[in-house]
Amino acid sequence: MPVLVEALVTAISMLFRGSTELWNVIFVTFEVAIISTIAGVVLGAPLGFVMGATRFRGRRTLIALTNTGMAVPPVVIGLVVMMLLSRQGPLGFLGLLYSVDAMAIAQTIISTPVIAGLTAAAVASVPYKLRLQARSLGASPIQEALLAMKEARLGVVAAVAAGFGAVVRGVGAVMMVGGNIEGKTRVLTTAIVQESRRGEFGTALAFGLILMTITFGLNGLITWYQHSHERLGRS
Amino acid sequence: MTTATRIGLAVRAEGIRKEYGKRVVVDVDRVDIPAGQTLALLGPSGAGKSTLLAVLGLLERPDAGQVYLDDQPVNTKDAAARLQMAAAFQNPYLFKGTVADNVAYGLRLRKMPAAGRREAVAGTLERVGLAGWESRSALTLSGGEAQRVALARALVLKPRVLLLDEPLSSLDPLIKGRLMQDFARIIREEAMTTLYVTHDQNEAMAMGDTMVILRDGKPVACGLVDDVMGLPPDEWTACFIGSEAPLDGRVTGSVDGLMDIEVGGPVIHAAGSLEPGARVLAGVRPEDVLLFEGDAQIPRSTARNQLVGTVTEVQLQGVMYHLVVDVGGARIASRVSRASVRELQLEEGSEVQVVFKATAVRVRPHEDGHDG
Repeated sequence: MPVLVEALVTAISMLFRGSTELWNVIFVTFEVAIISTIAGVVLGAPLGFVMGATRFRGRRTLIALTNTGMAVPPVVIGLVVMMLLSRQGPLGFLGLLYSVDAMAIAQTIISTPVIAGLTAAAVASVPYKLRLQARSLGASPIQEALLAMKEARLGVVAAVAAGFGAVVRGVGAVMMVGGNIEGKTRVLTTAIVQESRRGEFGTALAFGLILMTITFGLNGLITWYQHSHERLGRS
Repeated sequence: MTTATRIGLAVRAEGIRKEYGKRVVVDVDRVDIPAGQTLALLGPSGAGKSTLLAVLGLLERPDAGQVYLDDQPVNTKDAAARLQMAAAFQNPYLFKGTVADNVAYGLRLRKMPAAGRREAVAGTLERVGLAGWESRSALTLSGGEAQRVALARALVLKPRVLLLDEPLSSLDPLIKGRLMQDFARIIREEAMTTLYVTHDQNEAMAMGDTMVILRDGKPVACGLVDDVMGLPPDEWTACFIGSEAPLDGRVTGSVDGLMDIEVGGPVIHAAGSLEPGARVLAGVRPEDVLLFEGDAQIPRSTARNQLVGTVTEVQLQGVMYHLVVDVGGARIASRVSRASVRELQLEEGSEVQVVFKATAVRVRPHEDGHDG
């Protein structure tokens, strides 16, 4: 118990004191998370819409693959990306291994199926007849798709948040392809692992608290958005 | 395709076939909706009515067949043709947002300027009895209000073909009756060609000029509403519309537009001028048949048919009773109020007098023609 209290005190003092290292870790964490979430949205949202709103041969297989992608351990994704980007790998010539770009690539592979799968579920919950209604009023296929996305927006926002969450809390992939290099590729999760190994539990806990604050803040924002839209719907 | 005139476009479809998997859900040789008229598409659940509406409305592509608007072949990719149509469904499917957002949806798609949109929305809401409701949230409306908004959303586009898919079936009887009157009035005033899908024969009779009854994706009866309802082609259709199967008969006399038709044992009088000897099918709607006690003095009336028979079936259907009377082997149905059934003490075996007008009898030549 005293260890925990001591760690908590260290964490709080570190947070209030601040340091270049701490801010750098937070910056890199956000940089990787935002890039890979945006890339996940660009790739996953249209894929999710197609899976949720249309019927085509191979759709079930694609959904099964996406769901599998959601469950693949980040460390496996990290391993594959590391092998691809390593000097001997097919993409080794890019020289990306142990960089923020490599971390963003691995994290994008993690976020894309999460965003695609949850977007597909959200869009599939929009009744087909609502889309038929839009079509009957003159909507083109693209206008119909936009309406379906708009109707499913709370679910789509939750999908994006889940993608961001999967990225920001991941440790295995970023550790493998980023290398946890101080001042360069260290992020909050890898910093926690590093500090724990060194027995610096207070510092590790401080990083943990920051991570939890980010997660809490993000979820708070999403909850506020969803509730405000529900209120708008009822008012 | 011109938009200069407001009157509806004639809709025709030929050889329409639609399958879901291996199941044929629609198989219709031909369906016509004359310009400016309303076709009531009646049938039980799962008969393929909504699918046929989706095909005629260019919302879904048929597996076979062709849809025509004013004799021009059209399909789901024909944007100009699709913009001539609008639909409202059983569930109003209002979009998130205000009433005005919903009603203006199709106008925005057509890129109408905001000022014109506001004016059109206000005018249409007034037309459907929701004047001043623009800023209300669409998701807080009652079923009847939402259905009015859904109708306004379609009407504001001034469509030349209006598609209504069971728009009243989820409403309570009071609101349903009121909306049915309003819908019928608006459709007639706008002179739109309308396809009205329903499983309710009362709605079909109130809304339709012509009618098609669909069973398992195929039409089993089509024609003017009064003809179809008065003379169903077969036992299934008769049962579905709450009537009796047509009586197989033979014209025995025809003078001054009045025919005598022998239907098994009894002879009934019907308006018409078919030649004596012609084989015919005859029918009369239960609502047109009055029952009196067997020994009652029937008041003077213009009803030429006064027959004696025995009640063989008594069924309570909602607020009315459906009675079947055997008249010398011919089955004639009547709808009677609860009070009348009590007062006349009608039950199976009761002897009654069956009275109906000659003009209430629908007659169609039998496919086999003369029998000698």
